[in-house]
Amino acid sequence: MLMVGTLMHAKHLSRSPFEIAISLVVPVVQAVLAVYLFRSGGEQDRLLQAAVGAGLMGVWSSVLFGSGGAIQNQRWQGTLEMIMMAPRRPVVVILPLTIATGITGTYSLLATLIWGRVLFGIRLDFAHPYAFPVAAAVCIVALGMFGLLLASTFVLMRNANALANVLEYPVWLVSGMLVPLTVLPTWTGPIAAALPTTWGARALHEATTGGPVWPSVAMCLAISGLCLALGAAALTVVERRARVTATLALA
Amino acid sequence: MESDYAIEAEGLRRAYRSRTGWLRPRLTTVEAVRGVDFTVRRGELFGLLGPNGAGKTTTIKMLNTLLIPTGGTARICGFDVEKQTREVRRRIGYVFGGDRGLYDRLSALDNLRYFAELYGVPARDQRKRIAELLELVRLAGREHERVEGYSRGMRQRLHIARGLLHAPEVLFLDEPSIGVDPVAARELRQTVANLAATGTTVLLTTHYMAEADELCDRIAVIADGRIQALGTPAELRSRADGRRIVEVEAYGVPDTALAALRDLPGVRETAVETRGALQVLTVQSDAHVDIQGDVLRELAGIRLGRVDSREPTLEDAYVTIVGAS
Repeated sequence: MLMVGTLMHAKHLSRSPFEIAISLVVPVVQAVLAVYLFRSGGEQDRLLQAAVGAGLMGVWSSVLFGSGGAIQNQRWQGTLEMIMMAPRRPVVVILPLTIATGITGTYSLLATLIWGRVLFGIRLDFAHPYAFPVAAAVCIVALGMFGLLLASTFVLMRNANALANVLEYPVWLVSGMLVPLTVLPTWTGPIAAALPTTWGARALHEATTGGPVWPSVAMCLAISGLCLALGAAALTVVERRARVTATLALA
Repeated sequence: MESDYAIEAEGLRRAYRSRTGWLRPRLTTVEAVRGVDFTVRRGELFGLLGPNGAGKTTTIKMLNTLLIPTGGTARICGFDVEKQTREVRRRIGYVFGGDRGLYDRLSALDNLRYFAELYGVPARDQRKRIAELLELVRLAGREHERVEGYSRGMRQRLHIARGLLHAPEVLFLDEPSIGVDPVAARELRQTVANLAATGTTVLLTTHYMAEADELCDRIAVIADGRIQALGTPAELRSRADGRRIVEVEAYGVPDTALAALRDLPGVRETAVETRGALQVLTVQSDAHVDIQGDVLRELAGIRLGRVDSREPTLEDAYVTIVGAS
């Protein structure tokens, strides 16, 4: 079920003209922003790290708007009722959707790196070239699980997009995707430590510039597992709540 | 846990609450269904008729587990819709009318593969089951095309195939023929009749009286959230016994003329159906009173088309029942 569901949702998402247009434009913009940001800071040696961080921001946006947007789209299409009334646990129904958004978001990471190479000549010189794809895969799974937790809210809310808009920038900022956590106020520390995106971003940065990749990967997986358990429990509660408040349909 | 009845509803109620305003929030409660009781035998084709907003879709959504009732109970094949949700979901299919409910950017085959997986059709049976259903709804050969290129009728047939994937014991059809052309609607009726003939219990809601008359074993008329009448089509038709119908095609009938028709001696009901510029006036009267002359007198000076006097149909009985509610 998970495989077929993920494949079908990824297929459906990747055929959306809006998604295609966003996927073509956003990585270029993000690569340009990141590179100029780091160049103006006199950190020429960290351009690859900037490109990886920018790519990760793209994955996060894809998961966030994918999960929120996809659930809202399912509501508009009239398919949310159809999938939620299947004789399955709600988590089994929604998880393929959020993993699919992570997979389509992978394109954003790759495209940002490629544009960084083509436009700015950034050398793809990874400190741990074999650990990088593993860290990237773990990071995408982690974002998918985090998306699942968010999706439970989106199932309940008819205006899911509003919540997605609010969450985009704070999460990539607090997770240290582009800006180092050390420059942020200390009160953001505990929030950052609880987010799987922080550990995913750290694992990717360590694979890029050097450092202990595997502890960050392990931490990322552990928090993702927690997100999965919480998301599964939340979805069961939320599914019942949505049947009480009649929010599965558009009207 | 198996029951003699496929569907049992007892005192079923549903209210919707909504909140408006931020500074001074106002809570509004609308009672859509106000205590509905009925049973449907296994293999029966049961119709639920009613005007817009009568509570048909809300009733169906409580029976198919999409809404939790605010009062009363309902069971499908003996399983409670609120407490034994998964058992109920394994046994039901749901098809609604209109363009929504499918993945437009996927092919019909991908849609069916996904829903087959979702509804627990074993992997080894999926290919055969999908092929059978594509044949049944006459989409074989078109299954690789994206749904976004399908006509309304093709989508509706794909909806039916999707609803039947897991061979449900009970099928809920919520206005399946809405917006479908007459030929496709006839084919749809044939498909529904075949399903009932093979033992599937069908609960059908429709606005088309001829469809209900042709297909349903029994019909419940719902209005204002309550069942107003329940019986076989013949029993419901008898509600209009002792009446005569005068039907007039007219253009530009003013409200004053309609009010005058209602006040004519012997008139029991009046209804107006607008078809573009044309208005079809239906005037029901006691059978022993000839009102045709009086009706034409009241409509003097108005451009008229066909004028007909006839025996009542199920639709006339429906108008009588809904009008009295």
